[in-house]
Amino acid sequence: MSLSWAAGDSVLERAPLIVRDALTRALPEPWRWLANSLLAILVIIGLAGGLFAGLTLVERKLLGRVQNRPGPNRAGPGGIFQPIADGIKMLTKEDIVPRAADRVLHFAAPVVLLAFSILPFAVIPYGRRLVPVELDAGVLYFFAAGAATELAVFMAGWAGHNKYSLLAAMRSLAQLISYELPLLLSFVPVILFAGTLSTTGIVAAQAGWKWGWIPHWHVFSPAGFAGFVIFMIAALAESNRSPFDLPEAESELIAGHLTEYSGFKYALFFMAEYFGMIALSAMAVTLFLGGWQAPLPFLAVIPSYVWFAAKLGGLLLGFLWIRATFPRLRLDQLMRFAWKFLVPLALLNLGTAAFWAATFEWPGALQLVRWALAVGLVVGPFVLLGRRLGAGYAPRTYRYA
Amino acid sequence: MLGSGLLQGLAVTAKNFVGSFHDPARLTTTEYPEVRTKLPENYRNFPFLVSENAEDPMGTLRCVACQICEKECPPQCILIEKSKDKKPDAAGKLQLYPAVFDIDISVCMSCQICVEVCPFDAIKMDQVFEIATGERFNALLLDRHGLAKPNSYYHQIHPAEAAEVDARLAAERQAAEEKARAAAAAKTAAAAAKAVAAAAPAAPPVPPPSAAPPGPPNPGGSA
Amino acid sequence: MSASAFPPPVPPGPQVRAVTDEFHGDLLEISMGPHHPSTHGVFRMQATLDGETVVKLKPVFGYLHRNHEKLGENTSYLGSMPYTDRLDYFCAMTNNWAYALSAEKLAGQAVPERAEYLRVILAELTRLLNHTCLAGFLLQDTGASGTPLMYAFREREKILDLFESLSGSRMMCNFQRFGGCRTDAPADWLARAGQLVDGYGAFLDEFEALITGNEILLARTQGVGRLSAALAVSAGVTGPMLRATGVAYDLRKVDGYGIYPRFDFRVPLGDHGDTYDRYMIRVLEMRESIKILHAALREIPAGPVMDPKAKLRGFRPKPGEAYGRIEGPKGEIGFYLISDGGANPYRYRVRPPSLVNLTILEDLCLGHTLADTVVILGSIDIVLGEVDR
Repeated sequence: MSLSWAAGDSVLERAPLIVRDALTRALPEPWRWLANSLLAILVIIGLAGGLFAGLTLVERKLLGRVQNRPGPNRAGPGGIFQPIADGIKMLTKEDIVPRAADRVLHFAAPVVLLAFSILPFAVIPYGRRLVPVELDAGVLYFFAAGAATELAVFMAGWAGHNKYSLLAAMRSLAQLISYELPLLLSFVPVILFAGTLSTTGIVAAQAGWKWGWIPHWHVFSPAGFAGFVIFMIAALAESNRSPFDLPEAESELIAGHLTEYSGFKYALFFMAEYFGMIALSAMAVTLFLGGWQAPLPFLAVIPSYVWFAAKLGGLLLGFLWIRATFPRLRLDQLMRFAWKFLVPLALLNLGTAAFWAATFEWPGALQLVRWALAVGLVVGPFVLLGRRLGAGYAPRTYRYA
Repeated sequence: MLGSGLLQGLAVTAKNFVGSFHDPARLTTTEYPEVRTKLPENYRNFPFLVSENAEDPMGTLRCVACQICEKECPPQCILIEKSKDKKPDAAGKLQLYPAVFDIDISVCMSCQICVEVCPFDAIKMDQVFEIATGERFNALLLDRHGLAKPNSYYHQIHPAEAAEVDARLAAERQAAEEKARAAAAAKTAAAAAKAVAAAAPAAPPVPPPSAAPPGPPNPGGSA
Repeated sequence: MSASAFPPPVPPGPQVRAVTDEFHGDLLEISMGPHHPSTHGVFRMQATLDGETVVKLKPVFGYLHRNHEKLGENTSYLGSMPYTDRLDYFCAMTNNWAYALSAEKLAGQAVPERAEYLRVILAELTRLLNHTCLAGFLLQDTGASGTPLMYAFREREKILDLFESLSGSRMMCNFQRFGGCRTDAPADWLARAGQLVDGYGAFLDEFEALITGNEILLARTQGVGRLSAALAVSAGVTGPMLRATGVAYDLRKVDGYGIYPRFDFRVPLGDHGDTYDRYMIRVLEMRESIKILHAALREIPAGPVMDPKAKLRGFRPKPGEAYGRIEGPKGEIGFYLISDGGANPYRYRVRPPSLVNLTILEDLCLGHTLADTVVILGSIDIVLGEVDR
């Protein structure tokens, strides 16, 4: 069985808790719980904000390097102070509210969006004992809070009292709602395997290594892998990232639902989009990539939060890589992709997951059959549905005069 | 299979990303103004007037105010006024010079036609482009003081072209000198023959000695 | 095409749906431009939308009108040459050639052979840079955040460096004269051009690996902006846009101007006439241009680049008229000159390929969404300097 639990008591591992206890040890009991919670909130907001700032810089530098140019490198050595410069720029811009706009909604929309983007961070286990709130239905809470951000998008479009931004907000909302379904369906196999909706439980269910070196992460099973891919595609669409960023495209109706926003409020929208990206990546790490578990037994000496950060960073770099490469999909193609490809695949994946869970106990040689069947059940529908989706589109050969 | 084109694209961007760290062909930015690229010799920006030496720029301008460049300039950005007197040029011949030679560089489009049509190699293209000023009108009207630059500067920015121009001008000057010498020799010979004929009228007319044909010009003449 | 079938009847385009039943609301009128990141210059499209679908599209241009043709009447023949650089400012060398060709036709001026080879080399290099830029711009319009554009511009820079070391200026080359080229290309320039052409095939392979099989691009461009051959011919569309509809009309083959008949190259044709075809035809044309460049760089003879009898100043052709045209990268660019014996032309007219290709924009966009409009405009390949002159 696993040795990881034994290595879980090193000083490095417990360092965050040691620091927290040192700060709040003196307080009496109910106050101590409050202080701990407030500390956790502050740390999360700080880290998420810092990650957001760093991510904007890394995105620009990465995009630059992909495009054979250095990226921003004037503000500070290597451009390190660029996010600060951007922040100052956003803060010092004039905040314009159109005269006909609904002032309450206009102000509330970015605030609501940001609030609901931060709430999901509460249930992610960042390390072995580093989960801010231990909920039995953590996953359910996460996606409920995340879905509430869509309301704020519509508020923004409505509040501007502008035909174009309302239209764009409705298109954006259509995209968000369409991709909620594949997003939610894609991790039901994980719940099936883990047997619990609690995030810490799901991470614990992925503990251990098969044959001493292959981790039990859900991504390494056929149904889990399919679920992971669908989850990441849906996460791209949920956070309005390329190639699903048509609502924000500058060649479209200007900035879409954000047309009427300027200055700091615009920055808040931007921040909320990145928080959504980070939160969804963190949840993907938790559900599919084993959370804070180390990939190999001897690597468990590295603290759990470092592994979590590494996996999170890897997924975020994947987001950036995809943005650097692909053109964007048109809205109707986007919707067709969601409803006619991802949703059927995710539903079929449920069946594959059920088969996988039910045949867990098959003896030795039949395991190979189990694997073959499961892989066939994943790849087959993908190829067939893909052929249906891509019918009529193919590279062509040309003739010469 | 659906997605194979996408994966191929991801491979290309990854190759470029990794390549940008070790392959200069994949990081082609020149970080101006710390790093400047070397301009090719033929690069042209705005015109300038060539003067033979730097000590007396106005006195040694090659320009003789023929106004050909003013006529040929497409946007008509050159203004020339001839002088009232003449000055000797580098070959010693008396020429007019430009009392006023203005180029409005806010109009000039660097087409180089003035350089092509100038018969005297007096106006050439400069290469300075970092000449942004804050003042919109007067600073963009260059007069002959602002336009005159010495021949040494011309050699600096267009070495091959300047060498060719200098060689050609020297050859032309040499040919002109030889022609003048030959004409002078012919004149003195004719005058001498006339004197001989006048001094001995009774003597039978002696055919005047034909002027010796001028020898080939000395190619190693001084510049 | 036989005489009786020409011009062929134009099939009816997409029908604008009559907005009469109660399920339809107002039509939305949107003005895209003139300040817009995707309109390739100061160009305005007034689109009327029914939901997402374009039901009417009116292009509005003229924001870059600079009196080019009237200036031509008041400037000498030589003086108009730098102004032709600024028509289609991407393709200065081919604009110069077209103008020089028509003036040479007017005056009966001959051109030495080395100059003809040099003109072909410069024109094909221009075709390479124009089509590369178009690929970059088209993909930028579809939303590939800058990556294909930067690759395209990286290659374009190399060609511009060549132009700068030959003519003194990257874009406003002012290089062709009546009777040849302004200066000769030294041997090391030709060697550098050869190196660039050798490396271009690899760049095209990498670019195609990035883009051509990309499913998202296929979905965005295939079937979008379909142009029928009949409509293209009757509207006077030329260039890659015409060849993408299947009409084999390339002036380099039809007119055989210059020394093009000596080169062995093929003309790619499309079958569907949609945006994808227009993009792919240009990629294939780039590969053919590479072939022509290899041959020309190999075979260029020694000799003068300017006819010794040609006059730089005082070019006064006898009274008459001439129309000289070449296959520019965007289509047929032609200059119509009428001379009355004076130093300036009596009439100076430019046939701008971008403008003529743009006239059918509405027909292409009807029935598509606004996002497609941007992509279709990108695939027509216009430069406002040429459209507005």
